[in-house]
Amino acid sequence: MAEVDYAALKKGGFMRQIQKDKFSMRLKVIGGQLKAEQLQKISEVARKYGRGYVHLTSRQGVEVPFISVEDIEAVKKELAGGGVSVGVCGPRVRTVTACQGLAVCPSGAIETTNLAEELDGRYFGKELPHKFKIGITGCKNNCLKAEENDLGVKGGVFPEWKQKDCSWCGLCEAVCPPRVVKVDKEKQTLAFEKEGCVYCGKCVKSCPSGAWEGKGGYLLSFGGMFGNEIKEGLHLLPIVFEKDKVFKAADATIQFYRSHGRAGERMGKTLIRVGAEVLKKDLEEALK
Amino acid sequence: MSGQADARQTSARVDITDVVCPVTFVKTKVALEELEDGEVLEVRLNGGEPIQNVPRSLKDEGHKVTNVSQLDDGTFLLTVVKGGLL
Repeated sequence: MAEVDYAALKKGGFMRQIQKDKFSMRLKVIGGQLKAEQLQKISEVARKYGRGYVHLTSRQGVEVPFISVEDIEAVKKELAGGGVSVGVCGPRVRTVTACQGLAVCPSGAIETTNLAEELDGRYFGKELPHKFKIGITGCKNNCLKAEENDLGVKGGVFPEWKQKDCSWCGLCEAVCPPRVVKVDKEKQTLAFEKEGCVYCGKCVKSCPSGAWEGKGGYLLSFGGMFGNEIKEGLHLLPIVFEKDKVFKAADATIQFYRSHGRAGERMGKTLIRVGAEVLKKDLEEALK
Repeated sequence: MSGQADARQTSARVDITDVVCPVTFVKTKVALEELEDGEVLEVRLNGGEPIQNVPRSLKDEGHKVTNVSQLDDGTFLLTVVKGGLL
């Protein structure tokens, strides 16, 4: 048998197992979504070439363990026939994770599934100094843990209040988690401390008279990691409202990491070494 | 407006401080089913998840919250007009 090129296999999503010549095959999943026909193909492959089961990874991925090295090409071909491709590992852009966002979830503030596809299309597999994770979460509830990622995207709602439609019921004050809305029912006045707003959109979603209107936007975080070392991604920008700006910021971030990151250094560490203000400046420049 | 709704007589009361999501809304819905459109339900509920979710669900189903007040024990009282948003 030809010598096994482990680095090439790892790049192509084949993870070494403790069992010699067996690999756990990582599949490509975007935004946590698989079509029924893809699942069917994965099921067939797991039965035929693996041990009849799959493992779900912590980042919405699927792995099929116990693939023999001699079956790798055949497995890839079969999977491709069912619209399934293999994932990646190593120092490059990984799976883009996402929750279901506003298309499905009552809390969602932004569309997430298409955004994950688009980010995947732009960056998936790109070589970088170390692994690079992108995660999208549709709202403040943060089910997809945006700040754990090298680049995190979180949906937010920027609310605006229109006095003419207000019925002075006081509900927005009651539902506001940071309590930055105060309603005086007697005097019919409302105070909103914008600076303290967490963009959760609860005022908008619950207002019975439509007096609160919200604009969905993206809150970005940079340099998060949750592995050997743990670091929360930094919020270096105010909320942005155009999807195009998310891509511009992502381009600038990847460019920054390429220019400043050392081999084997996660971007969070690069930010500590070089200074987060360097990336902040790049981002502000890119979004001008 | 709140003044008008407050003037309406409360037709029924339900206390959902003894249950958790999703039973909070189920209990509220069951109470609303007993009423006619335009009748008023008073709901006593806890802060946190219930106050953040139940009013939103009421809105989604076309019922109008006309007043909210917080009691001394920290719980909330919602005044809801059945079908008030339809």
